[in-house]
Amino acid sequence: MATVLTPAATAAPARRNRFALATAIMAAILALAPFAGIYPVFLMKALCFALFACAFNLLVGFGGLLSFGHAMFLGTAGYVTAHAAKVWGWPPEAAIAAGTLASTLLGVVTGALTIRRQGIYFAMITLALAQMMFFFYLQAPFTHGEDGIQQVPRGKLFGFIDLTDTLVMYFTVVVVFLAGFVFLYRVVHSPFGQVLKAIRENEPRAISLGYDADRYKLVAFVLSAALSGLAGAVKAIVFQLASLTDVHWTMSGEVVLMVLLGGMGTIFGPVVGAFVIVAIESYLTAGIVIGTLHFGPEWAIVLTGLIFVVCVLAFRRGIVGELGAWWLRHKG
Amino acid sequence: MEIFGIPTQALFGQLLIGLINGAFYAMLSLGLAVIFGLLNIINFTHGAQYMMGAFCAWFLLERTGIGYWWALIIVPIVVGITGVVIERTMLARLYKLDHLYGLLLTFGLALIIQGVFTNAYGSSGQPYRLPQEFVGAYNLGFMFLPKYRAWVIVLSLVVCLGTWFVIERTKLGSYLRAATENPTLVQAFGVNVPRMITLTYGFGVGLAALAGVMAAPIYQVSPQMGANLIIVVFAVVVIGGMGSIMGAILTGFGLGVMEGLTKVFYAEASNTVIFVIMVIVLLVKPAGLFGRER
Repeated sequence: MATVLTPAATAAPARRNRFALATAIMAAILALAPFAGIYPVFLMKALCFALFACAFNLLVGFGGLLSFGHAMFLGTAGYVTAHAAKVWGWPPEAAIAAGTLASTLLGVVTGALTIRRQGIYFAMITLALAQMMFFFYLQAPFTHGEDGIQQVPRGKLFGFIDLTDTLVMYFTVVVVFLAGFVFLYRVVHSPFGQVLKAIRENEPRAISLGYDADRYKLVAFVLSAALSGLAGAVKAIVFQLASLTDVHWTMSGEVVLMVLLGGMGTIFGPVVGAFVIVAIESYLTAGIVIGTLHFGPEWAIVLTGLIFVVCVLAFRRGIVGELGAWWLRHKG
Repeated sequence: MEIFGIPTQALFGQLLIGLINGAFYAMLSLGLAVIFGLLNIINFTHGAQYMMGAFCAWFLLERTGIGYWWALIIVPIVVGITGVVIERTMLARLYKLDHLYGLLLTFGLALIIQGVFTNAYGSSGQPYRLPQEFVGAYNLGFMFLPKYRAWVIVLSLVVCLGTWFVIERTKLGSYLRAATENPTLVQAFGVNVPRMITLTYGFGVGLAALAGVMAAPIYQVSPQMGANLIIVVFAVVVIGGMGSIMGAILTGFGLGVMEGLTKVFYAEASNTVIFVIMVIVLLVKPAGLFGRER
């Protein structure tokens, strides 16, 4: 294990300081944003997706496993949380925990299956499993089909924090997001994260060094599922809604897009990608006018596709990746 | 007459629907397998290209009056050419990269195509008039077989087996298989491999478009028709494994029939049965029924 750790360990203190500084700046911006006139509901949506994208990035950016079915974790947690809070009357913290746990368990089962294949097959299998879950939720009575679970009560967090207040809800989301974000950073830069990267780069070599590659991949998969679930659970409480949109394959595609656009395998990339995509979508709901042409929300899917194509053809490092590369060139 | 308490009429009716679905699974997974063999990418746009084929046929009939028979020839060529353009301008830049980028690019293209068609024609389906020759049904004694359904099964079998024959039994096919194994060496023997790759992609896309033309009189021609189908076809591909052409054909038809039977015995599971079979196959034989680990 020492051989893998050494290069990272020497650069660790400086890198940790930079991360702490950048995270502190991000936290400060998030704390001030609602007072600078930015709509808190928009921020909460973006933060939920940012956490979802960060969780996804753990798998694709550091594990090299491209899942095309991550919506199943977001949606499953959303449904379980909404059901627990609304039908069983659970307090929000218990409902969120239940949702996250459900996604974690789903992650254990689907992870054990999917890591049996790699690359393109892995993507197709995750997509197929997510579609299976979609049909399950479409038919299961407790999800209320096309309507979804509506009017989920936000309730009082730990019995005394009233989440019906938008700002209180917002800061709760900020705290959850930052906790998840820092946790994922710790995972990536732990010995576990280094082994995961080694497996991504050269799996046979990692195996010959004695690492149980499948076990590492499974743990990464489950962690990613759990945090995606956390994002979905919080999202259900924030929007008081769990619907089929969150388990549909377009949602799985959306999170891939966020990470691709922000920068795969970068720490801040998924956050940037999530904010950009959510912002574009909110602008599109109002419609964009170019000359005499009017593009309404129904064009969102075309724009999404275009961003995919442009990113893959010309912009593979993503926004944060390109900035990082530019910084390195600039410095020396 | 009844079998397992199910009226035979219903049983054979669902079996027929299963065979029809299977015909489309087979043609689409065949195209995916051919493309994957040479390009090493999974063509996510396949469903959108199938939809384009159906729309193209509908457009020919409605706007120019060109009927079904000509559409069977014109549409695969036209849509195949759009495939060639996509391969030359975009996919060709990605061969040296991780194969996953091909998946991401074709996913993006599928969204663009589907979105543009949805904006142009709405999400409701357009009916395609059944050609006069196919109106009516054969009485087989135990059931009625609509003429067009019989034609779809026959034509798809001919196309699938024809593709199998060309790839596995002709000189051209041997070049193709050789280039799949070792493109550099085949190029050294004077075969223009990049052109072969381009034409292979065009051919695979043409197959999808042909399936679209065949589907037009059966299903409504709608922008979404390919999106859900392609995910099922992916599961079919995982079950069969992409190692063999015949494997793709057999798995396609077989799973269509399984799906039809599920509709008879336990209709609630008919949407998910193929995914469940995929899970079982992954547990028992991860490489797929006809696949080789590479």
